[in-house]
Amino acid sequence: MAETKELQAKGKVDAPVPAEQTKPGPVFTPNVDIFETEKEIIMLADIPGVKAKDLTIDLRDDTLTLSGEVKPIDRPEEEDVLIEYQVGSYYRQFTMAEVIDQSKIDAALNNGVLRLTLPKAEKALPRQIIVKAG
Amino acid sequence: MIIKRMLDFPNYGWRSAFDELERMRQDMDRLFGQVAGRAYWPTHAGVFPLVNVTEDKDHFYIRGEIPGMKSQEINISATGRNLTISGERKIASEGGNVRYHRREREDGKFSRVIALPSDIQVGKIEANYVDGILSIKIPKAEEAKPKQIIIK
Repeated sequence: MAETKELQAKGKVDAPVPAEQTKPGPVFTPNVDIFETEKEIIMLADIPGVKAKDLTIDLRDDTLTLSGEVKPIDRPEEEDVLIEYQVGSYYRQFTMAEVIDQSKIDAALNNGVLRLTLPKAEKALPRQIIVKAG
Repeated sequence: MIIKRMLDFPNYGWRSAFDELERMRQDMDRLFGQVAGRAYWPTHAGVFPLVNVTEDKDHFYIRGEIPGMKSQEINISATGRNLTISGERKIASEGGNVRYHRREREDGKFSRVIALPSDIQVGKIEANYVDGILSIKIPKAEEAKPKQIIIK
């Protein structure tokens, strides 16, 4: 039996934001898993602190944009004792190589993990090409 | 003549020349740290999960980002002034028929002890887990709370 590895602590990575932010606060690149099956592309993203209403998923042409807003905890009476991570929003963009069926995109946010299912459009599905013998 | 004077003078000479370089290097590090906005950013303990600890008059608050867990999978225990957060983050297998493009999310076990700066009421700790963020509210022991002293 393989021994379970230990989870390593990692600092967040600042997101390269294309435009200047209008809202203050840091923006980070979320960690993602992307994989595909025959019919769909699935993306899992770690975005702790984002509520469903503050998450925007936008697919325009072949660019998928993920942005999740996190409001800093506003507790003026609390004083910092130890600060190891920053609270901030998440932003990441991907260029999709496949044509996606926009109408069937499904997104589920559960305990800080987004699961985005992007079904491939019919014409992007692999098709067996039968070569006829002449 | 000049060399001798340099060696006699406590701040010069060979060994202290390197000290001077070291001091300059530290100054440069500090300067660049400030430019990058990291000057007041202490390094973390390097143990998962990273936590932010805050306090008010009566409580300590610990917050940590542990996305993708179930609340029953996170164990929290307290002894004395120490609080332990442990568990295992699992990433379910997606089956054999998938092809990965990116794999950045990590799974594994974690266990972290956080030593609080004063005594706590171990029996009255509250914790909740929402949107992948664990929040723990720890009441301070009566003796550890600040007391207002009235001047007669």
